[in-house]
Amino acid sequence: MSTLAIDKAGPTRKVKLRSMSRDRTWALRWSYFFLVLFAIFFLIPPIYMLITSLKSSAEISAATNPWWVFHPTLSNYVELLTSNQFLRFFWNSSMISIVVVIVTMLISIPAAFALARMKFWGSATLATGVFLTYLIPDSLLFIPLFKMLAVVQDVTGITLLNRWYVLVFIYPTLTVPFCTWIMIGYFASIPKELDEAALIDGASWLQTLTRIFIPVALPGLIAATIFAFTVSWAQFLYPLVFTTSIDQLVLPVGITTTLIKGDVFNWGQIMTGALLGAAPPLVIYAFLMDYYIAGLTAGATKG
Amino acid sequence: MAEVALRKVVKRYDDVEAVRGIDLDISDHEFIVLVGPSGCGKSTTLRMIAGLEDITDGDIMIGGDVVNDVPPKDRDIAMVFQNYALYPHMTVAENMSFGLRLKHYPKAEIKARVTEAARLLDITDLIDRKPKQLSGGQRQRVAMGRAIVRNPKVFLFDEPLSNLDAKLRVQMRIEIKKVHQKVRTTTVYVTHDQVEAMTLADRVVVMNKGRIEQIGTPNELYHKPATRFVAGFIGSPAMNFIPCRLEEVGGKLNVRLTDRISFPLPPARAARYSALPRTENLLLGIRPEHLTESHAHLEPGVETFDTVLDVTEPMGMETLVYFGLEGTPICGRVDPNAGAKDGGPMRLAMDLNNMHLLNEATGVVL
Repeated sequence: MSTLAIDKAGPTRKVKLRSMSRDRTWALRWSYFFLVLFAIFFLIPPIYMLITSLKSSAEISAATNPWWVFHPTLSNYVELLTSNQFLRFFWNSSMISIVVVIVTMLISIPAAFALARMKFWGSATLATGVFLTYLIPDSLLFIPLFKMLAVVQDVTGITLLNRWYVLVFIYPTLTVPFCTWIMIGYFASIPKELDEAALIDGASWLQTLTRIFIPVALPGLIAATIFAFTVSWAQFLYPLVFTTSIDQLVLPVGITTTLIKGDVFNWGQIMTGALLGAAPPLVIYAFLMDYYIAGLTAGATKG
Repeated sequence: MAEVALRKVVKRYDDVEAVRGIDLDISDHEFIVLVGPSGCGKSTTLRMIAGLEDITDGDIMIGGDVVNDVPPKDRDIAMVFQNYALYPHMTVAENMSFGLRLKHYPKAEIKARVTEAARLLDITDLIDRKPKQLSGGQRQRVAMGRAIVRNPKVFLFDEPLSNLDAKLRVQMRIEIKKVHQKVRTTTVYVTHDQVEAMTLADRVVVMNKGRIEQIGTPNELYHKPATRFVAGFIGSPAMNFIPCRLEEVGGKLNVRLTDRISFPLPPARAARYSALPRTENLLLGIRPEHLTESHAHLEPGVETFDTVLDVTEPMGMETLVYFGLEGTPICGRVDPNAGAKDGGPMRLAMDLNNMHLLNEATGVVL
């Protein structure tokens, strides 16, 4: 009886092993299939943009193969990069994004630290509340925000509407909740003994934050920074609503309002502007990500 | 350097009382080990001394000053954690000097102290490495180095060796002892490992369920345990407890273990136990090393009996034998050449000169 059972067990296990490796092979094939599909799907638009940006207006409207450049030209790039208007949009976008990132970090880091570490009455509820505010879409918020700013402008006499810097006050409503939330997660993953050790070593809460938590949670901070930057850089609705004068516009709004005149689309420059506009986030992703996502926390404790 | 005193210290979490009124006096230079099973309150006690936990009631004094409301950084203590808690982004030297740098010590002084501590712990070569480039034992040394450079009044160790493998643990144990011999700082050390407690401590504090069961030198705890808990906790394999009763046989005091087995007590023991009521349910406590193979020339007070072994465990220098005595599992230690076999008969000798008698109901050693 028992020998029989053993005999049976042998082959069954082999079959299982073989089927496991076959499972893996199939899983890999499907992964490749879908990854390639996604890559093609998402890369075609930027490639088309690049091709179009290298064409003259005449070639774009000509009935030739749209996937090939017959007379490549950099005139679109030269025109945009020498136009004060475009550089102004670029400058506005950069200033807003950088300031928003700084403001977001200044609010989110201490907030996340307090919510993750300084256990106080209601901290858990507050943490959830912070996240819930992120769930309210900006398309619901822009009218009340506009009203609020109008009131503030009336009361204080400080011009806020139709000024690029107004966006510096508004974007954090989008970035702060999410950044705080992901940083709470990062801070919470730091072993409690680390701040206790710092506490015993004589560090104040602020020193624990600046000298232990921020360096140790740097990968999380970078991730939050990239998020805040991307959100500010790509934001379309708020700048469309809050700024109207040409010299106050940011890149996404500027491109669409100045390069589309009535029903005339300056496709070459639109594509060039969009590509140039996509460059800064791309550069930030490419460099910062790879540098810092390496596990900095490894070795803090047993591991 | 300083003495530490705990006066009726209580720690309550909501409705759970983790520490139930502890009194403890630790003298200057002393190495005290708090030992007990998990949940006995030893770590909580240590954390209260460190100031990482508030105390619910009572007083904690360091160097004669009540420190109940003093924050950890002003208590002049240093702590070594179970998971080392090294700052991962700092080098070994930066880790060790962090506390001194926060207190704005002069650079030269910091360097001198770090160098000295590194030399003491034999980590001079590692001084520029990051924690993740170190092995577990090296990390633990750095954690100790971080404590030493501060030159605090008290060292606190929270199960510092639990994350190390068995061999390294023995090595680091000796290392810790050596360091203490050199720096002589008052030390409170928490562990659940009674071997660590016995080997390191000047005095061991055995804790159970939030109370101190007994305080004493390792030898005192081993040879004169106060309660059944201490008797069973200290020593490995643990002490055997055999239900028994006292009886008078021909004017001599005997201890009866089973219907078949009754031993006359040695005179010293008989005198000590003579006043006990004969009816009471008692436990005979006997350590495995006092249950050995029988041989021709037995000393007075050593009594023999026959049994059938259940299991034997050859350990090399000795063989542990397990058998039952009316349902009570018993462990003995015999010579590897005594012929102990699984399921085989054996004549064993019980050294009653080293016996303990316990009240079964209260667990108090009589």
